[in-house]
Amino acid sequence: MLDTLLAFLVLAGAIFTFIGSLGLARLRDFYTRLHGPTKATTLGVGSLLIASSVYFSHQGDGLSLHEILVTLFLFITAPVSAHLLAKAALHLNLPRLGKDADQEAGTSARGPVISSERPKS
Amino acid sequence: MLNQVLPIAFALVAAAFALSFWRLLRGPSAPDRILALDTLYINTIALLVLLGIQLGTALYFEAALLIALMGFVGTVALCKYLLRGDIIE
Amino acid sequence: MSSRLLPHPLFTPVLAAVWLLLNNSLHPGHILLGALLGWLIPLFTVRFWPETVTIHRPLLLLRFTLVVLHDIVLANMVVALRILGRPERLHPTLVEVPLDLRGDLAISLLANTICLTPGTVSARLSGDRRTLLVHALDAPDADEVRAQIKARYEAPLKEVFEPC
Repeated sequence: MLDTLLAFLVLAGAIFTFIGSLGLARLRDFYTRLHGPTKATTLGVGSLLIASSVYFSHQGDGLSLHEILVTLFLFITAPVSAHLLAKAALHLNLPRLGKDADQEAGTSARGPVISSERPKS
Repeated sequence: MLNQVLPIAFALVAAAFALSFWRLLRGPSAPDRILALDTLYINTIALLVLLGIQLGTALYFEAALLIALMGFVGTVALCKYLLRGDIIE
Repeated sequence: MSSRLLPHPLFTPVLAAVWLLLNNSLHPGHILLGALLGWLIPLFTVRFWPETVTIHRPLLLLRFTLVVLHDIVLANMVVALRILGRPERLHPTLVEVPLDLRGDLAISLLANTICLTPGTVSARLSGDRRTLLVHALDAPDADEVRAQIKARYEAPLKEVFEPC
């Protein structure tokens, strides 16, 4: 039972880590690439860390909770780095796919929009 | 069952490394490379945790914690450089 | 008096808990040292934290945390499917979300929550702190994203930290 749970957590964690990096390699502009690592990879590592916590609590000397610390740390820092990276990308005017929803709302430093398959509203 | 799953997990994380590394080499922009580096840091944490489970030692946890700290500080510093290094604001 | 000796009453137990987690032990010595650190660190860093934080509705905060955790797991499924699907079919959008929150901590928490939940990354806070620019991975309808962020995440945070 515990073995199955551990195997599930480890596998899920590894798959999410992989999908995060796949998104990084596969998606087509920086802003969409940003979504893969910030979400999928964070949850993947979180899942692996919970597996590790369960494993070591079961293994040996008492409860092993310090993995929670790394998980918490990652969940607090990942959004901060994502936010800063997005800010830097906007600052550098990186090309961006898709439409701009807020054309009217005072947009000065937005990246140029390339190759939108639909006309801008 | 865990013993059968661990090699698959190692392979998946290794593939994640390869993909992030490809993005690091490919670019095309500086934020892309920083994002790839950040992802490599997080992948390293995943690999260390897996290694800890495989070898049955909690020793790698300290390394994972340090890498998490350093990775975050490094990413923030690089982003700050991109934001401040440019004079046009 | 207590505000000078204990500038941030919430900070102390958090720091002590982090210390205990870091050492992975509940030894009385560690509890004592953790409590000491939790008392001294806020005392020495009080000038970096000018804002005093009060949680008005702890139960709502707990409920909000559970909602966010649920959304994080759900968000990951959604984002994973989007990544595995065809990238050409995505509709990435920039959305401007007007903010009702004013405090630093509340805005940071909202931005972090947005980053961790379905297909959105907060990108920039405007200079007057009134709007937050959010990038959505796949949002054909920008108004829907805006409405969801305001109702699901901002409203509870506002009630917890800044009730009128």
